[in-house]
Amino acid sequence: MKISLRQIAAVTATAAILLTGTTACNRNTAASGTDKVVLALSTLNNPFFVEVRDGAQAAAKEAGINLEVVDAQNDSATQANQLATAATGSAKVVIVNPVDSDASGTSVKALNAASIPVIGVDRTVNGADLASFVASDNVAGGKQAAVELAKSMNEKGSIIILQGVSGTSASRDRGAGFEEGLKAYPGITVAAKQTAGFDRATALDVTTNLLQANPNVTGVFAENDEMALGAIQALGTKAGTSVKVVGFDGTTDGLAAIKDGKLVATIAQQPAKLGQLAIQLAAKIIKGESVEATVPVEVVSVTKANVADYLK
Amino acid sequence: MSTATIDASRRRFDVKRFLANNGALVGLLILCLGLFIATPDFLTGPNLLNIGIQVSTVAVLAFGMTFVIVAGGIDLSVGSVAALSAMVSSWLYVGSGVSGWIALIAGLVTGLLVGVVNGLVSAYGKLPSFIATLAMLSVARGLTLVISDGRPIKTAPEVSFLGGNLGPIPMPIIVLVASAIIASFLLNRTVLGRSMYAVGGNAEAARLSGLPVKRIVVIVFGLAGLFAALAGLLLAGRLDSAQPQAAAGYELDAIAAVVIGGASLAGGLGRISGTFVGALVLVVIRNGLNLLNVTSFWQQVVIGVVIALAVGIDVLRRKTRNA
Repeated sequence: MKISLRQIAAVTATAAILLTGTTACNRNTAASGTDKVVLALSTLNNPFFVEVRDGAQAAAKEAGINLEVVDAQNDSATQANQLATAATGSAKVVIVNPVDSDASGTSVKALNAASIPVIGVDRTVNGADLASFVASDNVAGGKQAAVELAKSMNEKGSIIILQGVSGTSASRDRGAGFEEGLKAYPGITVAAKQTAGFDRATALDVTTNLLQANPNVTGVFAENDEMALGAIQALGTKAGTSVKVVGFDGTTDGLAAIKDGKLVATIAQQPAKLGQLAIQLAAKIIKGESVEATVPVEVVSVTKANVADYLK
Repeated sequence: MSTATIDASRRRFDVKRFLANNGALVGLLILCLGLFIATPDFLTGPNLLNIGIQVSTVAVLAFGMTFVIVAGGIDLSVGSVAALSAMVSSWLYVGSGVSGWIALIAGLVTGLLVGVVNGLVSAYGKLPSFIATLAMLSVARGLTLVISDGRPIKTAPEVSFLGGNLGPIPMPIIVLVASAIIASFLLNRTVLGRSMYAVGGNAEAARLSGLPVKRIVVIVFGLAGLFAALAGLLLAGRLDSAQPQAAAGYELDAIAAVVIGGASLAGGLGRISGTFVGALVLVVIRNGLNLLNVTSFWQQVVIGVVIALAVGIDVLRRKTRNA
């Protein structure tokens, strides 16, 4: 089973490289003398990163950049090899979405030594220099979530916050942004703040427990959609009517819950934009322009009004 | 006169014995008393019902684990097996359009089969059960991800019914009580159950006295797999969806429940009632920490300390009894 899966993965990866190779050739004939950029992705086995690639490819076509995409299949060793290859090749800029922030440090250092600028996407690189880092703005997303929840609650009432895995940056940033955003609404008080580990089943239990101690809450903010869906399960018929729930991520199930009216809003990331911005930054670097050290990509609030644009 | 004295002394003796045998229960009562004093929301009808529902998954998992631990083994794969069973059930229901009841039974059979594989590898493959089931923990979780493609799948309505209500009574509580009775009967009233104690107490002695030790081990792991599947279906039923990451880490809760309940990891000791109390201790702590709104960082510390205390009290009591 394992071997055959690996084989499938290998074939897919080869096909992907061949495909990008051929498109690159096409582009070479279209725009002559293009600069080469390598995009090293952690995996293409996740729709999120497929969209990052699509966004990057579209932007590369526009900027006349010869883009080579490599997929590490979530294996740090594979990615190290791919980055080593990029360091010895003709790449002007390397864009890396590390499998692991710590493990990629050594490979990126080698690129630094070869004076090839490196741009990080979605996850940062520890222990090496990045020319720029592009990632979703989780703090701003948290603030937007506060706005959406406050709007749906008419700016008054008490709420429960379901936190993600303690100590993760996603949980920290989303939580901090949300509390920052909530300061604008003095009518809303936080009745309880508990972790549910980004997990739907845990959120179901934690929400049920919290509702015992706080039966009068009228709002729930969950730091991801999975927990929001667990809270909705716990709330039953109250979800979307007397208690408003806001999630984060814009997953398929989350968007469906918005359509059903059980989830008020979710904060969706824009993976294609991550890829697009990374390429635009690479183009700037090639032209010798200076770039900012971190480029946050705004996240969008999805509500019933615009959910149709996101449901695929 | 003399009979009365004997009766009185026997009664006194029984009370002491009861306390000595039920350290976990004493711990649970102290915990409940503390929470009752700390928050008015703890001892209410709806909250007790919540605790009943929330304990169902862990307790059913832990009942299966009790068989394994009594027989001197350990099963680290139960969380993954729970997820795989629920996923197979939902996947068959959504993917190939089988009826809900068949999907439900297919989930249970999946757990049973995976458990039997654990047993075969451990009994005939001579792998320590720790290693055999550690491997299965990874394999079963991997298979869950493969068949689900990493996404949640909707459960069959028959499975969702397991997580719903039968009249005013929540189904998880009914399933919990039924499995407790069945597990207790199996362990106490059948030759198979008594053989588990024999195998766990001293496998070599059990073999020499003519017990089919290997076959018993296979059945024990099969039962653990079956109970894990039931727990997985309960959990999925409550969420109306089988989650690829469901029940991750639940094996540790199950082991903790069994050990808090007075079982020995060396085998040959353990009771279903003790395990049930152990599972309640874990769930009541989490419920209480939520009600008291304790910061998430401290919760893990508190849970660890309470587990150590609960087992510690039990060990102390056993010592005083023996002295």
